[in-house]
Amino acid sequence: MRLLAFLAAHRAEFLALLAQHVLLVGASTLAAVAIGVPFGVLAARRPRLGAPVVWIANVVQTIPSLAMFGFLLPLPLIGGLGARVAIVVLILYALLPVIRTTIAGVRGVDPALVEAGTALGMTPQQLLWRVQLPLAVPSIVAGVRVAAVIGVGTATIAAAVGAGGLGEYIFRGLSMVDPTVILAGAIPAAALALTVDGALLLAERALRPGRSARRSTRAAVAAGIAAALVTTVAVAAVMRPSGGRGVVRVGSKNFTEQIILGEIVAQTLEHAGLTVERRLNLGGTFIADRALRSGDIDVYVEYTGTADTAVFKEPVETDRQRVLDRVRRRYAEGGLTLLEPLGFENTFAILVRGEDARRLHLRTIEDAASAAHAWQAGFGYEFLQRADGYPGLSEKYGLRFAAPPRAMDLSLIYRALAEHQVDLIAGDATSGLIAAYDLFMLEDNRHYFPPYDAVPVARAATLLNHPAMRAALDGLAGRIAIAEMRRMNQAVDAGHQDPAAVARGFLARLEPMPRSKG
Amino acid sequence: MRGVHVTRGGAGAVLRGVDLDIEPGETIALVGRSGAGKSTLLKVINGLIAPDAGEVLVDGRATRDWNPFELRRRIGYVLQDIGLFPHMTVGANVAVVPRLLDWEPARIAQRVDGMLDLVGLPPATYRERPSLELSGGQRQRVGVARALAADPPILLMDEPFGALDPVTRAELHREFRRIQAQVRKTVVIVTHDMAEAFALATRIGVLDAGVIAQLEAPKTLARSTDPRVRPLLEPLLEARAIFA
Repeated sequence: MRLLAFLAAHRAEFLALLAQHVLLVGASTLAAVAIGVPFGVLAARRPRLGAPVVWIANVVQTIPSLAMFGFLLPLPLIGGLGARVAIVVLILYALLPVIRTTIAGVRGVDPALVEAGTALGMTPQQLLWRVQLPLAVPSIVAGVRVAAVIGVGTATIAAAVGAGGLGEYIFRGLSMVDPTVILAGAIPAAALALTVDGALLLAERALRPGRSARRSTRAAVAAGIAAALVTTVAVAAVMRPSGGRGVVRVGSKNFTEQIILGEIVAQTLEHAGLTVERRLNLGGTFIADRALRSGDIDVYVEYTGTADTAVFKEPVETDRQRVLDRVRRRYAEGGLTLLEPLGFENTFAILVRGEDARRLHLRTIEDAASAAHAWQAGFGYEFLQRADGYPGLSEKYGLRFAAPPRAMDLSLIYRALAEHQVDLIAGDATSGLIAAYDLFMLEDNRHYFPPYDAVPVARAATLLNHPAMRAALDGLAGRIAIAEMRRMNQAVDAGHQDPAAVARGFLARLEPMPRSKG
Repeated sequence: MRGVHVTRGGAGAVLRGVDLDIEPGETIALVGRSGAGKSTLLKVINGLIAPDAGEVLVDGRATRDWNPFELRRRIGYVLQDIGLFPHMTVGANVAVVPRLLDWEPARIAQRVDGMLDLVGLPPATYRERPSLELSGGQRQRVGVARALAADPPILLMDEPFGALDPVTRAELHREFRRIQAQVRKTVVIVTHDMAEAFALATRIGVLDAGVIAQLEAPKTLARSTDPRVRPLLEPLLEARAIFA
């Protein structure tokens, strides 16, 4: 019921995402047919030439889709954020089934028919076009069916590179930990897959030779041409030219805080008179970094610790200034500029109940170590495993609990603490739930965790082209307090407010903005 | 055919020096046991198999000097399993070779109807029928119509009536004689059924182990004492004894 209510409330957006999804799958499947069938025919007739093609298609199939997006993003022509790279990835995945079934279809033609065609005086080309391909059509359609169904599933990942589609809801739901939103993407995607499967199954049956052969062939050709036309128009529409010279593209990763920060950056730049294009909700650090380096986005907010370890693969360093300097230098080597920290850190937070903190006068993790022997701790799976997670922490502070820590899902961990199921957790320093549940964040006074200062990172070239951009972003330096960030996260996650509206409210309170256009 | 040798024909068959003259307008039947080289000999004529030695002259020109596709379009070919294209209608099957020859559509349509009439399948009923819906006898008629559609001077038939029941076969034999009386093609027909050979051929060639053991008019062959020919005649003589 909540799902229906959600879909009703977001009807226009849902239909747009559904249309994008269909276009992504349709365009990529048609292109895969256009590429895969000739290769399949080649492979069927010249096995020695064809074998490597099949081999490559097999290897491509094994590459995880998110990794494939990452590989392709920086490439010229096919790379870049948006529908184009998504379609390329979907084509690559669709090729194998199409090539395979084309080979099977062409090879499966009765040898007697091939001999008959040859004996009647057909050249190999005529044999292919008049006998082998028409008879292979049902098999090829079966391959298209498989490719399209795989495509519907894979296309949900396309939201990670800003290509839209039903994956938007899945990613949004995952970042908001809201099953309703996840299902709003997942259930229509499954229904779409079943519909595509059923429709193409009917097509496959209709195209089997036998009854009213000529009519069905004509119908198939007509349907194919119609589909190609529709898709061409649609692709042209989806692939709107991405930004002129004067546009600044703002990116963000795909969780609530990042989207709010993306909006804050975007609106700040708009207030400074710049034209902004939003490329928010990108699928993780890897994708965002690739997009920035390839020029698909001009700026996004990164965390210094994440940049240091995940992007630049440096060993863990806990000195704040040293991390900041090192990350700034490493970015500069790549033509990127690290701007000024926004004023808060999104680090691991060791949390206890506020009442316990006040009663026991706890301020730091060190303070808690003495009380911990009577406590039960709860940690996320990742925190329990990582070397820079629980094992190192307990060593650094001499933490000993009454029982081994319980492994818990991150979405439940705050509530478990508030409800006295556990007494100490590792959470997220900017979570809105800290205030909502009256939790207290213990200070990491021995500096165990690396610093995770939120800092905008921008392309140096873009900063040069838009002198107003730097000034505007520097105006945000040190202005977002951690309590403010928690409140905004809470407003979106629990209050279901629009991130753009939350960002607007924050900027309005920050200072009166000049309403000018440049 | 001059000294034709084939070392790797279909199904292990070989030809070991075949000499054969076929006159325009005659109907030659090739008989012999399975593996004697009958089908291989047919495929040598239309270039599906190239001879390893010797040569085949069609219209006085060696097959290796012909463009193979032009050669095959001048030679009608009917297979035992017919090889009607299942994705095409009856009419489209008959039209295959005229289309390969780029005939005018109107001429093709006219020719297809004429051919269907010739083989006793009313065009109005059968032209648009999917070829999969036909009975065995009807399919065989369409196979003959397809082979004759471009009016080739030569017609090769590889066990064309083998898969049919005896009544249908006898009916098609009558049809064949009627059609042959009208169109006067040079026909080479492969069969393992000596009765069929007697029913259709002007001359009968007995193939044995890759050579032509005997090539005679039916009446002469019937009196043959050749040990390679007699076993093929025995069943006919036995059948006659029953009726006598």
